[in-house]
Amino acid sequence: MNNLLGFTADETGEVTVEISVTVNGETRTGDVEPRTLLVYWLRDDLRLTGTNVGCDTSSCGACTVHVNGESVKSCTMLAVQADGEDILTIEGLAPSDDELHPMQEAFRQNHGLQCGYCTPGMVMAAVSLLEENPSPTEREVRLGLEGNLCRCTGYHNIVKSVLACAAGETAA
Amino acid sequence: MIPAAFDYVRAGSASEAIALLGEHGDEAKLLAGGHSLLPMMKLRLAVPSVVVDIGRVTDLSYINDGGDHIAIGALTRHRALETSDLLAAECPLLGHVAGEVGDPQVRHRGTIGGSLAHSDPASDLPAAVLALGGTLVAQGPGGSREIAAGDFFTGYFESALADDEMLTEIRVPKAPGDGWNYQKFNRRAQDWAIVGAAAVTVNGGTNVALVNMGSVPLRASATEAALAGGASAAEAAEQAAEGTDAPTDLNATPDYRNHLARVLTRRALEAAGVS
Repeated sequence: MNNLLGFTADETGEVTVEISVTVNGETRTGDVEPRTLLVYWLRDDLRLTGTNVGCDTSSCGACTVHVNGESVKSCTMLAVQADGEDILTIEGLAPSDDELHPMQEAFRQNHGLQCGYCTPGMVMAAVSLLEENPSPTEREVRLGLEGNLCRCTGYHNIVKSVLACAAGETAA
Repeated sequence: MIPAAFDYVRAGSASEAIALLGEHGDEAKLLAGGHSLLPMMKLRLAVPSVVVDIGRVTDLSYINDGGDHIAIGALTRHRALETSDLLAAECPLLGHVAGEVGDPQVRHRGTIGGSLAHSDPASDLPAAVLALGGTLVAQGPGGSREIAAGDFFTGYFESALADDEMLTEIRVPKAPGDGWNYQKFNRRAQDWAIVGAAAVTVNGGTNVALVNMGSVPLRASATEAALAGGASAAEAAEQAAEGTDAPTDLNATPDYRNHLARVLTRRALEAAGVS
């Protein structure tokens, strides 16, 4: 066994890797199997269950989080790849318990959700989109969210929400 | 879906990665952005026993002016290509095609080297680099060698890279101006191309490469020869499917793909200003 990273075997003989990740501003550490996907580490180990698993095949975007400020599908990244990186999940987006992020507020005001399953991923993808393109056209919003599926087909109000947020129509 | 268990090793440099490949042979796979490899590992279509993570070899992430060409580090992400001012000015086809890969989340992680080494005939970037007549630099235990894009893709998901070689740099000729176009045909957002066609005028000639028309990305050589012989774009495009071997799947029969190749090639040529 190559020991470059200080692998340790637990009582079952599984080899784990120690990782240290900034998650929503806090340093979180863990021992993970190399094959552990980031989304399962976030959900099962850290109990940050706001990030959903939808398709589990990099298609639907329900598991979107930010890695160093950019949207990423956390079902297509190993937890060990996140070692040392800065992760933001939907739980860390709002400035406080009493206040929503402007994008969350825009989704609330514009009814940008139906069943809500895709919403955390949609919001995280939309925030990343506006950071790259603060004043997108409607078409740019639709293209920018092409990695996120809403099976309620509620796209119309989702796009409306993102445009409202970009226009500053929701309180910060 | 969880990949099969594997040993994980992080390489700090290209030479460290190559040494690890030498140690583990074809049991090992390089992990760059992971957006081709991890989905295959989750489906257990790929079951490497050792994964060598090269994602932190940041000195292989660059887009540089090499004089007559642009040199791109293998670990440069699609998003960096898509937003590169240098590519926009000197090789706009490549930056544009990078922006057509997958979706924004995929482009934030996926790398050009990973995409090329994966050698998926349905991927966008291999055809773009093929159309440009690019050169791929592979590093192995004995040093580096250059591989022409036309020799790199050897079979379905197979490349000319040896088990202990790593793709380190991609060089594309400068092809500024508006003589380029990429047509990607799919039914759903973020899907792979059912067929794609890249056309670019480079060094005075017009090159056309096709996506998903065989087991490897292909040059539409009959079309290119017709253009060189003075045929119009419309006439030359009629020969786009010659010499190809289009696959059958849920989306399309070979006949339909042949039709798409002809139509998309004509559109790409016309949009590239070839009349």
